[in-house]
Amino acid sequence: MSIVKTKNATFMETMIGEKQGSNSLTMMLLKGRTLIVLILLLIFFSIVTPNFLSANTFLLLAKHVALYGILAIGMTYVIITGGIDLSVGAVVGLAGMVAGGMIQNGITLQVFDVTLYFSIPLVILFTLLVGAVVGLINGITITKFGVAPFIATLGTMYIARGFAMLHSNGATYSNIIGNDALGNVGFTLLGGRVMGIPVGAIILAVIAVAAGILLKRTTFGWHIFSIGGNEKAAKLSGVKVDKVKILVYIFSGVCAAIVGIITASQLEAAHPASGETWEMNAIAAAVLGGTSMMGGIGTIGGTIIGAFVIGVISDGMVMCGVSEFWQMIIKGLVIILAVIVDQFQRNMEAKIALQARNDTKGEE
Amino acid sequence: MGEIFKMPEDICLHAEKISKVYPGTKALDEVSFDVHKGKVNVLIGENGAGKSTLMKIIAGIEQPSSGELYMDGQQAVFKNVTQAKQHGIGIIHQELSLFPNLNVYQNIFMSRECTRYKFGLDNKKHIELTERIMKKLEYPIRPQTIVGDLRVGQQQMIEIARNLVQDDLKILIMDEPTSSLSAQEVQVLFKIVRELTAEGISIVYISHRLEEIMQIGDYITILRDGRLVASSEVKKIDISWIVRQMVGEGKIFPKRKTAVDWGTREKVLEVKDLTLPKKGGGYLLNSVSFDLKKGEILGIYGLMGAGRTEIFECIMGLHPEYKGTVKLHGKEIRIKSVSQQIQEGFALVPEDRQSEGLVQTMNIAKNISLSSLKNYARAIFLNRKKEAESVEREIRDIHIKVADKTLPILSLSGGNQQKVVIGKGLLTKPKILLLDEPTRGIDIGAKTEVFEIIQGYAEKGLSIIVVSSELQEIMAIADRILVLSNGIKTSEMQKEEITEDKLVLASYKGHSSENRQNL
Repeated sequence: MSIVKTKNATFMETMIGEKQGSNSLTMMLLKGRTLIVLILLLIFFSIVTPNFLSANTFLLLAKHVALYGILAIGMTYVIITGGIDLSVGAVVGLAGMVAGGMIQNGITLQVFDVTLYFSIPLVILFTLLVGAVVGLINGITITKFGVAPFIATLGTMYIARGFAMLHSNGATYSNIIGNDALGNVGFTLLGGRVMGIPVGAIILAVIAVAAGILLKRTTFGWHIFSIGGNEKAAKLSGVKVDKVKILVYIFSGVCAAIVGIITASQLEAAHPASGETWEMNAIAAAVLGGTSMMGGIGTIGGTIIGAFVIGVISDGMVMCGVSEFWQMIIKGLVIILAVIVDQFQRNMEAKIALQARNDTKGEE
Repeated sequence: MGEIFKMPEDICLHAEKISKVYPGTKALDEVSFDVHKGKVNVLIGENGAGKSTLMKIIAGIEQPSSGELYMDGQQAVFKNVTQAKQHGIGIIHQELSLFPNLNVYQNIFMSRECTRYKFGLDNKKHIELTERIMKKLEYPIRPQTIVGDLRVGQQQMIEIARNLVQDDLKILIMDEPTSSLSAQEVQVLFKIVRELTAEGISIVYISHRLEEIMQIGDYITILRDGRLVASSEVKKIDISWIVRQMVGEGKIFPKRKTAVDWGTREKVLEVKDLTLPKKGGGYLLNSVSFDLKKGEILGIYGLMGAGRTEIFECIMGLHPEYKGTVKLHGKEIRIKSVSQQIQEGFALVPEDRQSEGLVQTMNIAKNISLSSLKNYARAIFLNRKKEAESVEREIRDIHIKVADKTLPILSLSGGNQQKVVIGKGLLTKPKILLLDEPTRGIDIGAKTEVFEIIQGYAEKGLSIIVVSSELQEIMAIADRILVLSNGIKTSEMQKEEITEDKLVLASYKGHSSENRQNL
């Protein structure tokens, strides 16, 4: 009898051991899936396209990714609270127009019959303020009036786009390089390079690091997570839910304004329709990076990798000569696949948690 | 399958040794139950005794972990509600399960629609049948009325009507059907019940209201902690017998020994005329006054909906619209928000652990530190070492069984999850701790541990208010108990004068008929 018992025990032990081993390996692969996909994509494109693996390609890629990468960081914050911000694309357009208009035409005060031109730092500050105001409106509509985030930001999306169009009656501000005599040159530096690295990419890196630290290492960051995980519990735990949400939407608006400034600076022109549908790219990057649309889960690192995946797909396929229409189809497939895998990971985590619970129960 | 089971003629359904296990708790433990044909079969027990679970199993909503159901001498397996319906079993839920956006006849005929040519809805027939049923119920409501516009009592009638359209109805389960009815509506309901039983339909009747049971019931079955404790014919018993069976004698919690003269102790909290109006008239809380002394454990007892949770919600800042005065250490405060109240030294352990206590997406440690994160912040950055130390100290202090504090919160058992919620409150270093049903849904071992924690902190000078609907528990732990009924404080007893009968009686007082009229 005793022999059988020992045999059983060891058999069970190895079974459990193996199972846990394979579990943790699968979990590791699942958690790193976006990075794995990114690496696979890079390998694929470097095989298919001869010149893909070059410093130039990557600098160009970084320049592209910077734009919706920054949007996606703000979006990640918003999605973690359980919300969504559809207005960011429109804010990109509006911010570009505000900055472009201020440089080109200044601000005319009719009462005094003067036109004021501002230095570039002031132009940038004012533009960021515009983004913050849109975010503030989003936040207040959502928290104080109880409008669903989807609807509230859909509304401000149209409003912001409308104001962008009104700004110039739909025309483009071209050649916004400023005038030495007016003391407002230097805007285009933001679209340029520093030591060969696109300024946009540097800004992305700075924001990403700051946003990552803010999210994981501060009370504010954890309050964001708690709201998305269980708003009622967060409120009962003393989290100032409304205040945190409003700040998050302001952050998203400011991120969008930054992107608007960079875009206008890169093109040396501001077009009222710029940034259209970029909010979708931002959402896609966040979701690809493992942010849960249900809220409560997400990382900035994941979002950045997600943004690069989208960037590599777009740029890589352009270099392969794949038509833009196919790009859309493939992007769509990748996003759906990512969410399916995400769901799979959640189920698996739940299972592991339940198992751990049963294990400890046995010990009790 | 198809097993023959010898059943007496007058039994139309027999449940044999039904058990139901949920993660962490055993809701039902080998309960056998008979439904007598054409009789009112009453099922009674404290909250969490397993009544609703048993009914859900009979109605096919949940499947038993073990045990069988028999009907007409045959084993019956209900995989879902539809299969139970086909056997003639209908259920009226405690929480109404109507579609507020649809009208009366749409609600009644949902999923058993009459059709023309198998496709078109026969609304003429729906309306006609609805009118006929409502007439039978002596409750004329226009079939086209939107259900959401009806009063709760009226909605209850629709719920009943919904079950009556079934022609071959054999068993109708009513889970606390009178909880939202006026006295007059209750009498109408009882008349309907008698008519139904006269037609040979069996009623399973769950209720907390003892007088009602004596009035309408034929057979009574009493559950406690998921076990069957007694069953009898109603005419052979009286109310005190029911109370005795419900409460049981065997369950002993360590009684708290105190030799404190509470009269001389400092009053930490004084609440005067706390009033909270109910939407659509009436009061959730009606001029409730009480005080709390340093190091005291004050119990609040009452039935569901008596206003227990609302007291906590008011104190915690969830109802800034409350009326009345609240004094903290003799100084009047105006309660505005939860974060303000946490700063003032209040901590709440909410009733519903999953939906109000825990953030499921965060790990164990973060769930513990969530309320007190501010204490570990240097400027805006978290001092993670300090945070980890506090969390670990709390885990040790109240003996939370965790292998790794970075595991998901759901990897803990119910009892340990509850301790996490309590730990979260304690980490804010409160002066007053509010515990709403702190032992709900956790096993007996964990219950005792939770009580030890509560008592330990009370001895250290923490003032505690405990809401519980479990008589034994609240009697064991509280120094003083107030009883709420229907938003009114009906009794306040010092430890020495507390008896079960007094508590139970007081908890029904607010529902006396003159109060009912005001509902």
